[in-house]
Amino acid sequence: MATDKHPTPMLDQLESGPWPSFITGIKRLRDEHPDARINQVTNSLLGQLEHSYETRKGYWKGGTVSVYGYGGGIIPRFSEVGKAFPESKEFHTLRVQPPAGNHYSTGMLRQLADSWEKYGSGLVTFHGQTGNIMFIGTDTENTQHFFDAINDYGWDLGGAGPCVRTAMSCVGAARCEMSCTNELKAHRLLVNNFTDDVHRPALPYKFKFKVSGCGNDCQNAIERADFAVIGTWRDDMKVDQDEVKNYLGTKGRQYIIDNVITRCPTQALSLKDDGTLEVNNRDCVRCMHCLNVMPKALHPGDDKGVTICIGGKRTLKIGDLMGTVIVPFKKLETEEDYESMVELAEEIIDFWAENGLEHERCGEMIERIGLANFLDGLGIEPDPNMLSHPRESSYVRMDDWDEAAEAWFERRAEAAAG
Amino acid sequence: MPEMREPIESGCPDPWQYMHPVMRKNFGMWKYHEHPRVGVLRHVAYSGDEVWTVKVGTQRILDVFTLRKLCDIGDRYADGFVHFTLRSNLEYVVDDAAKVEPLIKAVEDAGFIVGGTQNSVTMISHTQGWLHCDIPGTDASGVVKSMMDELIDEFKTATMPNRVHITTSCCQINCGGQGDIAINVQHTKPPKINHDLVANVCERPSVVARCPVAAIRPAMVNGKPSLEVDERKCICCGACFPPCPPMQINDAEHSKLAIWVGGNHSNARGKPTFQKLVAAGIPNNPPRWPEATAIVKRILNAYKEGARDWERVNEWIERIGWPRFFEEVELPFTKYHIDTWRGARASFNASNYIRF
Repeated sequence: MATDKHPTPMLDQLESGPWPSFITGIKRLRDEHPDARINQVTNSLLGQLEHSYETRKGYWKGGTVSVYGYGGGIIPRFSEVGKAFPESKEFHTLRVQPPAGNHYSTGMLRQLADSWEKYGSGLVTFHGQTGNIMFIGTDTENTQHFFDAINDYGWDLGGAGPCVRTAMSCVGAARCEMSCTNELKAHRLLVNNFTDDVHRPALPYKFKFKVSGCGNDCQNAIERADFAVIGTWRDDMKVDQDEVKNYLGTKGRQYIIDNVITRCPTQALSLKDDGTLEVNNRDCVRCMHCLNVMPKALHPGDDKGVTICIGGKRTLKIGDLMGTVIVPFKKLETEEDYESMVELAEEIIDFWAENGLEHERCGEMIERIGLANFLDGLGIEPDPNMLSHPRESSYVRMDDWDEAAEAWFERRAEAAAG
Repeated sequence: MPEMREPIESGCPDPWQYMHPVMRKNFGMWKYHEHPRVGVLRHVAYSGDEVWTVKVGTQRILDVFTLRKLCDIGDRYADGFVHFTLRSNLEYVVDDAAKVEPLIKAVEDAGFIVGGTQNSVTMISHTQGWLHCDIPGTDASGVVKSMMDELIDEFKTATMPNRVHITTSCCQINCGGQGDIAINVQHTKPPKINHDLVANVCERPSVVARCPVAAIRPAMVNGKPSLEVDERKCICCGACFPPCPPMQINDAEHSKLAIWVGGNHSNARGKPTFQKLVAAGIPNNPPRWPEATAIVKRILNAYKEGARDWERVNEWIERIGWPRFFEEVELPFTKYHIDTWRGARASFNASNYIRF
């Protein structure tokens, strides 16, 4: 390579130690890649990164870059120290939506790698915190070329900015016995219904879908998604008493008492004198703990579905919010079931687009207008499952109490009539 | 202008084509799983079929050489299919127990790390940092590489009471998210404003609206429209910096690291929890950040020593109490640990529950 290498004494220190080093990887692109463009871009990138390490500051600024026909999906980066490091002065990331559940064939990974080294820096991450494949580092012109190349064989950009973002789902039914729903189908039907809102940011702020197949919530959906879909079941959990006895035999009675029975958050379990496990299914909240400890003995029931929580988000602006139960239980079996879930998402996004302030997440809007008003706006009836407990403050007007109470009994009667 | 190509708005791809055939065949019909050794899971379907998963830690920022090396291993020793976890671990899936040991050997010979399952400290989830972010106070990849070098045995042995999720974030927006332990930049001084640039660069009303504590107001400075910050109100969160880069929040000296504990996304045994502040003022000290790693290790050691089986960090502290936590990890308790945000009152101890 003709270019002088930028010295990197601080970054070099990240090459020692047993964990694989990203610096070693970037250096390999600089030193060994056959394409001189990649050698120069990564040399320049290392120079800027070393400069950041020395001065303890970042030197990227954003801008406006997208591909033809879209308004988002790219994280534009222009260097503030581009004069010193010109080959990486434009270093945009393309956010590309992964297949639901993050499954890949090696053949497809190779095809993506081939396209990326043709147009980009050769650096990629599976996946960023929003769930996208991050193709890190290319200039404005090649952003379009790379997108054109991969878009031709089935890959599309994810969201960036105030829009519906790339969705996430767990491995779920593909490999997990805890799975209570078809996570992949829920994921794709939800996010692919909103491709226009993914590609053309026009909402108050970001909106995220995440799907976890059970209460273990491996996708962090309740905390990180505006629309969280969590698998659950409403009939009895399945108990294989022979396997319970096997666990008793191998782990011992005290282990089962200390690690299963007494750890149930609603005291729904009892270990009988004859070594059988008794479950009070009406008290069980489907937290998943006992299934996690005894995966051979305990399984979700057959009447599976999902709980939908709305409004989870991180700190900015009013503080962290967990999602709130809006749909306690919903079957997801027929195409109509899925369609009605997508319709609910449409209604929520429409209501929020109409009523949310600029840069206000859905959960923050609910906090501002009140959960009761949000339900009213969407025509969703209140349900005690939505709360940890009812109101504590007596400072409230209840002008329509009688009508509301009557409506409750009517709904109960309708539900009972089936 | 040359003719532009219209995008195909295909959205999220169908994973079915990239899924291991045994997983396709037994979709939704899995019966149970076992953990035969650290880094390996065995899933058994009702049909009797089984798949073995080998979990692999990598550097996360992958160069195409490394990606191809991982593909080579996948073709030669696995069945040509991979899955990525939420925390960027790569999982090879094979249909035969006999393939597991040769696969592990190939992975380890290539310099990757097998582990991260069950009660391990798994891969630290992290953000972009100085490598690519426009508002980072630190470098995530470097912090994570430095910490994983020190925590690698915990990744490979799974001897913690329960799984430990560590996260890092390069600013207080906290893209790394909640973790059992979270290492996040905490700015400690209000932004320094370049008043010459504000009027041209920033949409002032939206910057004013962005501030969580209404500390920013429009002002004329040196005859130019700009913004000013009430520095007594300012919480140094940096939320004004993304929409208005002349409000510089990053500072080589005053951007510190803070450590939070007890974030837990799972519903198991209790509802999901947010993380709590335990340490601040930690030097943001590249290239190895030894001070932050030392505190993380103290917390991990105390947790490993004191927690019962299945207790996550938040549950362990909930049982032993915060006074003992601060004692055991040798961290100071200060007035800054007392929450001042909305809902703070719910965190006060309104009882006679005192441990002695």
